[in-house]
Parts: sequence; structure tokens; C-alpha cells
Amino acid sequence: MANSHVAVAEQFDDMPQQQEASTLGMWTFLATEVLFFGGMFMAYIIYRNLYPHAFAAASGHTILLYGTINTGILLTSSLTMAMAVYAAQQSNQKWVVRYLLLTIFLGCCFLVIKGFEYHDDLKEHLWPGPNFKQGLPVQAQIFWVLYWAMTGLHALHVTVGLGLLSVLAWLARHGKFSEHYNTPVEVSGLYWHFVDIVWIFLYPLLYLINRY
Amino acid sequence: MKFPLFPDQASTIAKPIDQLYFALTGLSALMVMLIFLTITFFLFKYRRGKRVNRGPAHIPQTAIEVTWIVIPLLLMMGVFAWGAHVYFQQQRPPQGAMEINVVGKQWMWKVQHPEGNREINELHVPVGRIVQLILASQDVIHSFYLPAFRTKMDVVPGRYTSEWFQATKIGSYHLFCAEFCGTKHSEMVGRVIVMDPVDYENWLSAGQPASTMAQEGERIFSELGCSGCHVGNSVVRAPPLEGLYGKPVPLQNGQIVKADEGYIRDSILLPNNQITAGYQPLMPTYQGHINEEQLLQLIAYIKSLGPRNPEVRR
Amino acid sequence: MNTLVDSPAILDESPLKTAEPPNYLQEGGSTLKSWLLTTDHKRIGILYLYSIIFFFLIAAVAAALMRMELITPPGDMVSSEMYNRLFTIHGVLMVWFFLIPSIPATLGNFVIPMMIGARDVSFPKLNLLSWYLFIAGGLFALGAILFGGVDTGWTFYTPFSSAYSNTHVVAMATGVFIAGFGSILTGLNFIVTIHKMRCPGLTWFRLPLFIWSLYATSIILVLATPVLAITLALMALERIWGLGIFDPKLGGDPVLFQHLFWFYSHPAVYIMILPGMAVVSETITCFSRKQIFGYHFVAFASVAIAILGFVAWGHHMFVSSQSIYAGMVFSMTSFLVSVPSAVKVFNWTMTLHRGSITFHTPMLYALGFIGLFTVGGLTGLFVATLPVDVHLTDTYFVVAHFHYIMVGGMVTAFMGGLHYWWPKISGRMYPEKLGQLAALVMYIGFNLTFFPQFIMGYLGMPRRYHAYPEEFQIYHVLSSAGASILGAAYLLPFIYLLWSLKHGKKAPANPWQATGLEWQTPSPPPQHNFRNTPVVDRGPYDYSPEKSEEEVIYGQ
Repeated sequence: MANSHVAVAEQFDDMPQQQEASTLGMWTFLATEVLFFGGMFMAYIIYRNLYPHAFAAASGHTILLYGTINTGILLTSSLTMAMAVYAAQQSNQKWVVRYLLLTIFLGCCFLVIKGFEYHDDLKEHLWPGPNFKQGLPVQAQIFWVLYWAMTGLHALHVTVGLGLLSVLAWLARHGKFSEHYNTPVEVSGLYWHFVDIVWIFLYPLLYLINRY
Repeated sequence: MKFPLFPDQASTIAKPIDQLYFALTGLSALMVMLIFLTITFFLFKYRRGKRVNRGPAHIPQTAIEVTWIVIPLLLMMGVFAWGAHVYFQQQRPPQGAMEINVVGKQWMWKVQHPEGNREINELHVPVGRIVQLILASQDVIHSFYLPAFRTKMDVVPGRYTSEWFQATKIGSYHLFCAEFCGTKHSEMVGRVIVMDPVDYENWLSAGQPASTMAQEGERIFSELGCSGCHVGNSVVRAPPLEGLYGKPVPLQNGQIVKADEGYIRDSILLPNNQITAGYQPLMPTYQGHINEEQLLQLIAYIKSLGPRNPEVRR
Repeated sequence: MNTLVDSPAILDESPLKTAEPPNYLQEGGSTLKSWLLTTDHKRIGILYLYSIIFFFLIAAVAAALMRMELITPPGDMVSSEMYNRLFTIHGVLMVWFFLIPSIPATLGNFVIPMMIGARDVSFPKLNLLSWYLFIAGGLFALGAILFGGVDTGWTFYTPFSSAYSNTHVVAMATGVFIAGFGSILTGLNFIVTIHKMRCPGLTWFRLPLFIWSLYATSIILVLATPVLAITLALMALERIWGLGIFDPKLGGDPVLFQHLFWFYSHPAVYIMILPGMAVVSETITCFSRKQIFGYHFVAFASVAIAILGFVAWGHHMFVSSQSIYAGMVFSMTSFLVSVPSAVKVFNWTMTLHRGSITFHTPMLYALGFIGLFTVGGLTGLFVATLPVDVHLTDTYFVVAHFHYIMVGGMVTAFMGGLHYWWPKISGRMYPEKLGQLAALVMYIGFNLTFFPQFIMGYLGMPRRYHAYPEEFQIYHVLSSAGASILGAAYLLPFIYLLWSLKHGKKAPANPWQATGLEWQTPSPPPQHNFRNTPVVDRGPYDYSPEKSEEEVIYGQ
């Protein structure tokens, strides 16, 4: 029953208990993350309600192409992550590693494109402050504060996720995961899907106001 | 040493609030006594070593639990309703209020009467009149607290807040800033001085203000160039201001807002926020060119503009 | 008694024929490294204990200086700048570096796994990380203090904090941010532990109420604290880079900060009282030798307090310029949340009925808690009543209200719990007579310190005032006198508890003859708590007052 490669941690009685605890732990952590991002989503909702015109004008200056490509990339990476979990459950070590590496690659693409996007945003003087782009209503700066804060926090979470997945890929390479033991892959998958879902909300709220 | 227990009751709302307070005190004292006496009784009767019946008690547990949930709940809702009723009175000024403007800044209160009289850290009012304060902050959040009147309202930068009272007793009472605002927060104090109405009028005229608030506002209006667009035949079409105050204004996005003090202030400082229907967003912002006191004077002037003569322009 | 598979010998207090197994203080060594790299929940609890006491002392000194200044009306002892830093440091350290971690991270960490028959928490390494986050946050806070302090008040209201204060706001906010993540992880650990690590037979409704209360506390910890974190981060961003979302010049709303801040900080006060209630449920049953009255009601009351606590935050903002309708909603929810607390007080009272009551130190603290918490809670009704709060908010009435609950409630309960579990933690008994004396002196000192503040508050004495009008002086003098007595009362246990570590009588496994699983193992316990996993076949508090009259009880 217990995988001969993996010992149960000493505070647990058996593997099922350890696995259930890990999974519950990750779900609880994701709940805290919802509240963490939630504060900024709340601020966004309130200000967009107060200043719809300014927000629409501000949103028009986000770079739709980059945002849309990134959405596609992240959604695909969630697919590859789900495939990695599946492969682990099938004890298919080769494909666990491959799908994890694919996910990491897509995540890196996301960050690189984000990097280009930030660079272009800054060239356009879209950093709030005294040098903010002329011609926009003053409340547009509030939109852009939220843009930088929310996408920045998201990018930080993506980066942490990449670190997590790299460790996972290394462990998978060394044969750690199988149908008997794959909770770390599953639980990291949950985290990655969460990061993806946050982006699914950010994309329309930041890029798509009044843009059809 | 002095042992005061209650502040003066110097406004119409002080008595209803004190009544609530006494009722709450009575209720609380009752509760405390009940629990204290019950516990003391049990501690004595059931202390170890005392020969007394300790067998199972056959108490209808659920019934008792429900009782002591329902009864406090009903009491709570009763107190809430009573409080809400008095709160409505406390927050909503009756008709016919005389307005006085207050600007709070680190660390003083600057009061301006419509007649033009100005005070620092003092507020003279006539007894028996309904007074509504328009409160503005020059910098951080302050709070205008008059304990004898049982009223308080935060003074928040970026908006106008207001509180009202009707003083009932002639005298001089505390004014405190009640929201921490920096180094000299505890020195941002003063007095509210309630006077006989005749004495108040005398005080107003003795102050010999050079001009009323509205007159000051008119001066600022032309100095800042507002008349350039808002009066007469100008190249730039700007909404007329006569009779504007208090009326509904249709906005470009279809909304209709009321032209109150806050609207006028926002129109001067953040003009592109709410664009009147049928006009272009051409007005420049005056942020940084005008302080809170001047804004209030300007608003007083705009308020004083009667309905426009339909033959004049447009 | 619940059965311990295969080892009745553990319960036998006569000297064992075989050599005693090492306890958790000995096992693994007593080097600094063994402590700093421990993953044993018991050692981590002790690490927290020393750390929070350290911060408590600094915050207490700040309070002492404030109370000394306030003896006379003019601000003549310290400057305004200094006074404003003192009350800020007092608030920040007491709330985030003492009260929030207090019972959960010290007693909770130590006792929860034992109470549920487990060897440790679900994530022991995460537990250690929590402590390091707490310490890292504490270092930032200390740095902010040493480099000149902060003067915004513990509430950090904008725009004063984001645009006007000239003090080390960002450093302090960073400290709170980091420590906040420590507390989130603690809450997460407890939730998973309570769900997944209960020993066989220990169903939810057989759990001690300590666990129910700490479970409710953990829910609040994980859901509310992240909102504080993001709020402080946004305020810091505004301060550092002028990225204003609270700046009115950009159309931002300074009151939005208050909403976000209190959305966390109101539930936070329930983080700061539920664990105290948890301790009272344990001690009042033990020292009246009686089953708790209304177990299910007390358990559900904890959960109700946690849930209702999330929808009452606007009562801190009645005069902030929020709409009067918002005020009505928040007033109503604030009244509602008082009901489950009242239910608990009634149930504890009825627990005494037909019990066999002794007056050991933990019991004195439990009774003190009930008295002081009741007064504190009832005065909460005053400030929940809208028009009365318009008069009372930002006055000393509010200060008295929350100190009755935080200090009269939580700190009292913390002392009670510390004494109750001291034999288990240290293997030593504390001197009982001194314990009782300290409890009594604390009660007197506390009331003298804070009751006059209610009267001052209604008179209109504002909070955070460095100097004040003469008519308030008598109350300030009484309050400061009380504070000196209170200080002495806190010093006493500090001294004798330390003394007992070397010179206290050796504690038996179960000095109080209590029913919890934590008492079915030696004092101090071995590293893995139990030799064999317990199996539970009955509910908690399986006391018999009639039988207790005949039993031998320690110290009687």
C-alpha cells in the first residue's frame, strides 16, 4: 500500500491521512489568497463604479495584444499542469516531467511577455505620479495603480509557482511520483490553477472595459 | 478635586441620548448584578467540602438555552430600534438651518460665518437656532466634537461632511478634535459659545467683517477667471451658474446629480469627473490654486446667485 | 478514563520501575540549535511564549510612560511627538505582537495536538516558519521603534499615514505584514490539524471546547488577515511612490482605507477573545468538577461569533461620513454578535451549579474573566447604539471598553491558561498562594485603572490626547494609580513562574485530575506526546462532582 520510496511523515499515522492533510492545507491556503487579492478587487469594484468614464479611458491604454496572448498562454499552462497531474496518477514518470517542463516554459513565456508589456506601459508614461500620461482624467491614475499592483502581485505569484514547479520537476525526474504518491503534484496543480483563475478575472477587468 | 459625572446637556439631542445611555447603564447594571450574584451564590453553595446535593440537575437545558437566546435578542433589537430612531433625529437636520462653515487643518479650526465673521478655535452660535456646520479639511482627517451637544463628525479631505445641532443652554462648552491628526492633535481644541440671539447679532456686527462670504466668493470668482467662461458671451460654452445650487444636473453619461456643495467643489477641483450633458470637457482644474476656505467662499457666492434671467445669454 | 492502548502504566504516578523516558525538553538536546531548528509543537509554543512576553514588556513600558504623563493635565513629561509614538507603539505591539499570537501560538501550539491525541500538528515545519515570520516581523517593528518610532496610531489612517507622517510607517507596516503571514500559517496549521489529526473515537462533538474556540479563531485568522496585509501594502505603496488610491486629490477615498482596515480589524478582535473563552471553558469545568452546561450551544456560539464578526466592521466608522443606512446595518449586526457571547457567559455560570468548586489560581482567573468580559461586552452595547456612539467614539469610553475585553478578558484568560497548563509545560508546580494573590491584585488594579475611563469618556475626554482639560484629572489620577497596581500584579507571576522552573515542586502527570487527553501523559510530556495513540470513547469534561468530593486533589 505505502510506496516503498516514500515514508509517511512522522506526525501522520498513514499515507491517506498525510495526503488529505496536504490537500486540505492547500485549499485553505488558496482561501487566504482569495482574500488577499480580494482587497484589491474590492477597491477596483468601488472605483470603477465611481469613475466609469475614467476607468474606460484608462483601460483603453492597456496593450490588448499582450494581455490576450498571455491569457491564452496561461490557460494552456493550466491544461499542461492538469496533464502532469494525470500522468503522475498513471505513474507515467516521463510525461510528468515533460508536462511540468511545458508548464514552466509557458509560465516563463507569460512573464517575458509581461516584461515587454510593462516596458511599453512605462514608455507610455502610464506609471501614476507627476509624470503620468497627459490627456487622461485624473482618476485614470487610480486605475493604473490597481493595474500595477494587481498584475504585479499576480506576476509574483506566477514566479513563486515557477519555483515550485521547478522543484517538482526535479523530484519527478528522480522518480518521486507515482500512482501511490503524487499529492505534491496535485496540490501544486491546485495552486497553479488558482493563479490562472486570478488572471481570468484580471484580464477582462483590466483590458476589456468598453472594448468589444 | 472635581468629580463631574456628566457633561452639560446643551442641545436638543443631548437629552434623548442621555436617556438611552441611562437605560443602557441600568440594563447593564442589572445584567452584571444578575450574573455576579448568581455566580457568588453558586461559589458559596457549591464550594468543595460543603455538604450539598450535587446530583444531576434535571434542568430542561434546551428550553433554558432558547430562552436566554431569545430574550437577549429581543432586548438587543429593542435597544437597536430605539437607538436608530434617535440616530435619525441626530443625523438629519430639520428645515431652516443656518449654515456655518468650518475648515479643519493641522492644528486649528477656522470658522466662517456667512456674514463674513471669522473665528479661530471658537464657534459663536445663537441659542435656540438650528445650526448646520459644513465641515472641510485642508489636509488629514479631523473630527469636530462637541461633547455638550453630543455630536461629532469626521472632517474628511476631499469631501464635505456636516453635523447639526440646536443649542438649548447659554454658556461656553468644549470643542475637541476627535480624530488623531498628528503632533498637536490634543491642542486642536476650542470652545463653542452659545449666546442670547440679540447678543449674537451684536457680536456679528461688532466683528465688522470686511465682506460676507458670498462677497469674498465673488471676488475670487473674477480673480480666478471663472467669469471668463461662465458669464456673458464667451467663446467657450460653459454651464450657467445662476440658480444652479440645489437643482438637478443632467450629466453626459445619462446620470442626474444634485448640485450640492460637494458637486460644486468637485466641479472646481476635478472638473472632468462629471461632465454636464451637452458640454465639452474643457474646464481646467483649480487644484492647488484654491484652498478649502476659498472654496467655501466661492460656493457661498454660487449659492447666492439667484435663478437666471431667461433673457440673459443662451 | 479514555483508554490508552497497551499502556496503563502511564497513568500510574508511583515511580516507574524502568527508567523514565526523556521528556520533550530533554529529548533532542537543549542546545540553542535544537531549539531554533525544532519542529516540535511544544518547543515552538515556548519559543512564542518568550517572544510575546518580550514584546509585551516593551508595550507595557510605553503604557506606563503614557499613564505617568497623564497624571497631570498639561503635557509636561514627554513631548507631543514622543507621546504619539508611545501610544502607537503600545497599540501595534500589543495587538499584533502580543494579543493575536498569545493564546493560539503559545498555549494553542502546545496543547492542541495533545488534546486531540496527535503527535504533532499537521505541518510542523510550517509551524516553525510561522515563528520565524513572527520574529522577522518583530525585528522590522523593533527597527521602526529604535530608529525613531511611528506616530500614526495602530490604525494607520490615511491620508495622515500615507502622506503626512514623518515617521517610519513603512518599516512598521512591513513588520505587521510579515508577522501577519506567520499568524495566517498558524491558523492554517490548526484548521488542518483539527480536521485531520484527531485520534480514533474523537468525533467533533467529543472535542473539548478549547478546540472549537481555537478552530473558530483559526477561520478568522486565515480569512481576515490577508485583507490587512493587502491594505497595509497599498498604504505603503501610496506612501513610498505616491501611488494614491486613498488620495482625494486623485479622486481616491481616504475612507476606503478605513473600510479595508476594519474589515480585518474587527474580526481580529474576535481572534483576540475566542481563545480566552477557550481557556475558560477548560478551567471552569475542571475546577467545578463538572460537565459544561450546554456543550453544543457553547461550541456553536464560537462559530457564530466568528461568522457574525465579519459583518460588523462599520461600527468603527459611524462618524466617518459613511451613510446613515450603512450605520444602521452595522449597528444591527453588532447587536447580533453580542448574543452568542452572552450565551457563553450564561453557560459558564450554570456550569458552576451543583459542581464541586475549588479556588485554584486558574479558576480565579476564569471567574475574573467572566466578570470583566461581561462588563466589557455590555459596554460594547453602548457603542453599538448609534447615537450614543456618535458621542462616545474616539473618547476614553471606547478605550475602557476594549481594555476590559482585551486585558480584563484575554490577558486574564492567558494568565489562567498559563497557570493551568504550567505543570504540563514545565513539569513544575507554581506556588499556589502567590498565584491566588496575583490574581486578586490584578483584578483590583485592573478595575481601578479602567473603570474611571468609562466616566471620563462620557464626559467627553478624547483618546490619544497628550494634554487635557483640568476637569478630567481626578479620573486620570485614579487610572494611573490602578495601572501601577496592575503592573505589579503582572510582575509577580513573571517572577514566580521563572522561579518555579528551578525550584517549583515537581508536577505529577495530572495535578488537577482533569479529563483532557493532554493530562493522560507525563508532565512534561515526551517528544511525541503519547507512548501509544489514545482511543476516545466518551465526550469531554466527564467529571463527577459527587465523586470529586471524595477524591484527593492537588493542593486541597
